[in-house]
Parts: sequence; C-alpha cells; structure tokens
Amino acid sequence: MNFDLTEERQMLQDTLRRYLSDKYDTATRNKIIDSDEGFSAEIWEGLAELGVIGALFTEDQGGFGGAGFDISTVFEELGRAGVVEPMLDTAILGGGLIAALGNDDQKALLEEVIAGGLHLALAHGEPVSRYDLSRVETTAKADGDDIVLDGRKAVVVNAEAAGQLIVSARESGDVDSRDGISLFLVPADAAGLTMRGYPMLAGGRAAEVTLDGVKVPASARLGVAGAGYDALCDVIARADVAIAAEALGAMDTAVELTRDYLTTRKQFGRPIGTFQALAHRYSDLLIEMEQARSAVINAAGHLETDDAARQNASTRNLTARVGRLVAEESIQMHGGIAMTKEYELAHIAKRIVMCDHRFGDADYHLERFIELSAA
Amino acid sequence: MELNYSPEDIAFRDEVRAFLDEKLPKDLSAKVKARAHLSKDDMERWHAILNEKGWLAPNWPKKYGGAEWNAVQKHIFEEETAKAGAPRIVPFGLSMLAPVLMAFGSDEQKDHYLPRILNGDDWWCQGYSEPGAGSDLASLKTRAVREGDHYIVNGQKTWTTLGQYANMIFCLVRTDPDVKQQEGISFLLIDMDTPGIEVRPIILLDGVHEVNEVFFDNVKVPVENLVGEENKGWTYAKYLLTHERTNIAGVGYSQAGLESVKRIAKAERANGKPLIQNPHFAARLAQVEIDLMAMATSNMRIISKAAAGQAPGVESSMLKVKGTIIRQELNDLARRAVGPYAMPFPSETVEGDNDPIGPEYAAPVSAAYFNNRKLSIFGGSNEIQRGIIAKVKMGG
Repeated sequence: MNFDLTEERQMLQDTLRRYLSDKYDTATRNKIIDSDEGFSAEIWEGLAELGVIGALFTEDQGGFGGAGFDISTVFEELGRAGVVEPMLDTAILGGGLIAALGNDDQKALLEEVIAGGLHLALAHGEPVSRYDLSRVETTAKADGDDIVLDGRKAVVVNAEAAGQLIVSARESGDVDSRDGISLFLVPADAAGLTMRGYPMLAGGRAAEVTLDGVKVPASARLGVAGAGYDALCDVIARADVAIAAEALGAMDTAVELTRDYLTTRKQFGRPIGTFQALAHRYSDLLIEMEQARSAVINAAGHLETDDAARQNASTRNLTARVGRLVAEESIQMHGGIAMTKEYELAHIAKRIVMCDHRFGDADYHLERFIELSAA
Repeated sequence: MELNYSPEDIAFRDEVRAFLDEKLPKDLSAKVKARAHLSKDDMERWHAILNEKGWLAPNWPKKYGGAEWNAVQKHIFEEETAKAGAPRIVPFGLSMLAPVLMAFGSDEQKDHYLPRILNGDDWWCQGYSEPGAGSDLASLKTRAVREGDHYIVNGQKTWTTLGQYANMIFCLVRTDPDVKQQEGISFLLIDMDTPGIEVRPIILLDGVHEVNEVFFDNVKVPVENLVGEENKGWTYAKYLLTHERTNIAGVGYSQAGLESVKRIAKAERANGKPLIQNPHFAARLAQVEIDLMAMATSNMRIISKAAAGQAPGVESSMLKVKGTIIRQELNDLARRAVGPYAMPFPSETVEGDNDPIGPEYAAPVSAAYFNNRKLSIFGGSNEIQRGIIAKVKMGG
C-alpha cells in the first residue's frame, strides 16, 4: 500500500501547478472566458509543450502515461486553476476514441493532438438522450462506398474549435440498443454539417450540431461497424476519472479561498471564522473533501480493473454530492463577494457544479451504482 | 500509488484468517453477529485465546509481551476480527492505560501492572468523565489531597464503561485547585476494593447496563499509585486520547453493518418484492455504501502514513466524525428495514430464553440504533471534533 504519487507524476503535478499559477491568474482566465474562442490558443500550446496532453496517452499511443493516476493528476491541477481549455474533449474523449478504435491512418492524428495542433470533439449526446449512452437516433446509411449521416447532436463541447468531430450514429438496431452504434471521424467543414455555437455557463464553448445528409467515406468509420458502444463506455470511464479529479481540484481551491476569507474577514470585531456556526460548517467541508479525495483515488486506481464501472459510479456520485456542498457552502460563507463575476470563487463554484452535467449527475451515478452492485 | 496490500500483508492476513477460523469460538461469533450481549466471561475467554497466541496487545512492544504490529497489520487484524464476528478487545487496560504506563509509569508500576493486564488479572476501567465535566474534561472536580503516604480522594466519576466488572480504575483527579485547570490534575491508579468506593449502575436507553457511576468517599490511595508527576495528569490524559483514537473510523464495524443491512433487506419484503429492490431504500443504502468505500480509503491513507512513521493529525478527527455518521446511518437503515418488528423491547428478545419475536435479525436493531447514538457523543463529541478541525485548519 502506498498513496504517494510516483516521482514522474509528482513532477508533472509540480510543473503544471507552477505553470498555471504563473500564467493563469483570475483576470487572465476571465478574459479568456469572455473571448470569442472561449479558450486560449497560447495556453493550449503551453500545456502541450509541458507534456500535459502526452501524459494522457500511453507510450504505444505516442504519449508517456495514460493510466488512471495520470488522468487524475492532470485534471486535479486543471480543476484547481479553473482551466476552461478543452482537455477533456480533445484528449480524453476525442483522442481516447481514436486511440481505442482507430486504424493506423486514423491513429496518425494522435501525434498532432499530443503536439497541440489538432482539436477534437465528441458529438454523441442528442437532444433527448440525456446521459443515456446507448440512445442514438442519428442514423448512418450506406450509399455506395460512402456513409450518409443524419441527425442532431446536443451540447457538443469544443465543436467549433475541433478539426474533426467524432460522431456517433446508428447503423442498425432500435434507438436504445447498445448494438448498432458506430463512430465516424467527420471533418468540421463537411458539407451538411451546421453548428449553432454558444458559450457555456462555466466557461468554454459548445454547439448544437445538425447533420443533414453529411457524406463521409466508409474509411471514416472508427473500428467495427455497429460496435462503438463498448469503446464509448471505456472512454467515458476515463472521462469520469477526469471529471471527478477536476472537481476535486476545484473544490480544493474553493475550500482554500473560504479558509482565507474566514480568517481575514472581520465582522462584529472578530474574524468570522471564530463564530462556531461557520467554523463547524467549514470543518464539514474539510471532512467531505477527504472523502472526495479518497473517492478520486478509488476511481483512478480501479480504472484498469474489472471493477472500474462500479468504482466510477461511486466516485462520481460522491464527488457530485460533495461538489454541490462545497460550492454552495463556500458561496454562503463568503457572502455577497462570492456573487460577483470577477471573484475567483464564482468561476470555481460554477466549474464544480457544472461537472455534474457531464456524463451523469449524482442521481444518475447513484442509480448506476445500484444497478452495477446488483449485477 | 498502490491501493493493494503487499504480498507480506496478504500473508499476514491469511495467517489471521486461519487463526480466527481455528480459534474463534463459534458460540462467541454467533453472539457477536446476533448483537447479543457478551458476558464478562465471554470477553475474558476471548482475551485468553488471543493472549495465548501473543496477539492480545497489538500496540505493545514485544518486550512487554505485545505483538508490536505496524499500522497496516493492526488494521488487517481489526478488519478480519470484525468480519469474523470476534468480540472486540476491551480497551481500557490494554490500549488506554498501558501506553500511559509505558511512557510515564515507574518501573515498579510497569512490572506490576502490565503482565496483569495481559493475563487478565486486573480489569481496568476509566475514571475521566464527571457529572459536571464532559466535553470540558479539564473542569473535573474529584479531589485528591495528600496526607502522608496517601491521597484522600473524594468525588464522583460517571459513564464508567464496564466498571461493574473492574477491580481497578485509572482516574484523573484534582490535586491543585489554585492553578490553571489543566495544571492541577493528576493521574491516579485506584483499587476498586478500597473502602469508600461505591459503583452504581446507569441503565441506558436500550435497557443495557454498560456504564456506571463511581463514588469516592474519603478513599485512601497509596502515593505510589500516582503515575508520573503530580499535576502532570493532563499531559498523560491527552497522550491517552491519541491512543484511544486508533481505529476511530470503525471501518470494519461499518462493513459488517452494511452486510447485515443487506441481508435483512433481502429477506424483508415491501410491496411484494424484496425491500432491497425498493428504490428509496436502495438509494439510501447505496449512498452510505459509497460513503463507506471512500472512508475505507481515507482510513488506509492514514494507516499507510502511520506505518511510514507519520503521526496522524487532525485527520483522526475527520475520520471520527465521518465514521460515526456512517455507522449511525447504517443503524437507522437496519431499524427501518425491519418494519414493525423494530418495536418489541430487547430485554424480552435478546436476553430472554423465549423464541424470538418476529425474524431473528429484528430483535437487536432498534436497541443498537439507540445505543450507537453514543458514537457521536463519546471520545470527544462530533461538535468538539469539528471545533478542533476548524481551529487546526484555520491555523488558530
């Protein structure tokens, strides 16, 4: 048993933390959020140069990490600084699917991804699919050597910046069937693909994507026809670890800001942290933070095991509950100042709570945990 | 990061399992699993079995007859014994007094008392709390006045767990009333047979005689029964409290409790289906299981630090709060799982010779629910812990 990071991961953590605390202060970040692109190309390049993207891929894939604890180490730091750059979308989801399913030609894209030169987006969720991974109404129909895609994809994060979209579409089966889902690499500028882009509440951008007779060659398919579901689940399992770790890092920041505030803000002639009502609520946050930290360790440590799905569901449920508590209590204990847009906590609290909406909230993961435990 | 036990740890775990398999009396584990009350004889029987193996004192150095296990081994032992339904080791002599004697006692005290603790010659109880001194322990009033070779002790202790079985009590007494509270306290060892001591039972809300009041009326205690220096007792008491905090999370108890709730919920039926399939019940159960999975890892993180020689700090307080919340939640789930059969009074069911009223598993759950309200009160109430956590973390 050993709960220390390896030397390499410790270095990665230190380097990334230092880089972000130098380059990614509140004012800079808030300007990035308000920009048209919704993220900074310069920061993205910086992260790529530091090897942050490479740390999320195995050596075989051209990286130097790719394990659960690599993911958690990177995303905890991104969360700590409230980073809005689309690491989850380009590296974990997009890159992850290409790495899992791609042929040699398709995998050649990973080099560009790791170098920071190519963005990706996963266009899977649909207007009525909610968090249900098997519900796909978008269709893929053969037309000679080509495939024609028709359908709508909802809240496709990073769609506008992506050079390629990974689009899920049904080649066979009912709309809810796990069989029959394929994944296609679709260039962002493909004819018939339109986007309605918009900023998101917690930073970054997404789009509603419409596919109207989008024609791609059959060679654009990732992996075997109709067999995309398992790969989606595997990649989203990695995303679960990333999201939980990001939330943990952000919560750490929220709790630290709250501590600073409780010890410096004075009312009635004394620091407000000396009032027991606040001191006890603050200590409850710390108690739950320990839970969240352990939950992230559990998810990262079990990612490569048979118990990954159940551990992930457990961790996402717990970090979602604790996340909400930390976000709400931090705002409450700060009072009015936390309601202002330019204050660090405001953004951090939004990041924490919005984690709940990527691939399942606390209720979704609780139900999933129950199902997986009964199995 | 390595979440799993080392091969050596696994070998140790197998050794513990084999031992429990062979030596843990079936009637004892049946009683523990049924949450029946253990007699003094039951507890002493288990102590003697462990002592024969050299495993009665996991914390103690080998030179005093202890097992001298590291933190991971102690955890494995606690986890396996909880799982197997072994009676818990009565802690007062073994893990509370003994570390204080080893650190601060005289050679005579060590030579005399330590072997007697191991062999079960003495049954110790703890004389700390008083009617007017609970969370604010340092305000204790029991007075010890030096007269020649003796202290004359007057006062009252309360919540004395299993004091009815004890022949010895270690007490905090006030030896100097004129200084700062913490600086006038001494640590005394008192023979319960001394004239002037009276033990009165306190019956708890679940009908059980677990704790007592102990009255001292001009009790003569030889000065050689003072541990360490006069008026330094508070330091020793605080040292003892750090030892009381090992296994504070009670992970093993919670894991056993979780399994027990699951067994009950599979047997009970609601709307014609097993209760465990009821969505509301299943959601509450899953949530506490998820909390427990995380806390088990928090516990291992602290143990692994302790095994590497780092003393646990305020994390112990965090585990105490979370651990007790989880155990109490499981108690509540068990109580609600059994439905109306939660209502029969335990003295009729657990201790009587009659057939159980309702399903066998139903009898003890309400009593356990009420009895375990103590978990968030004793050992420094959860509110005291929250105060400590906030103070430490805010650097005040």
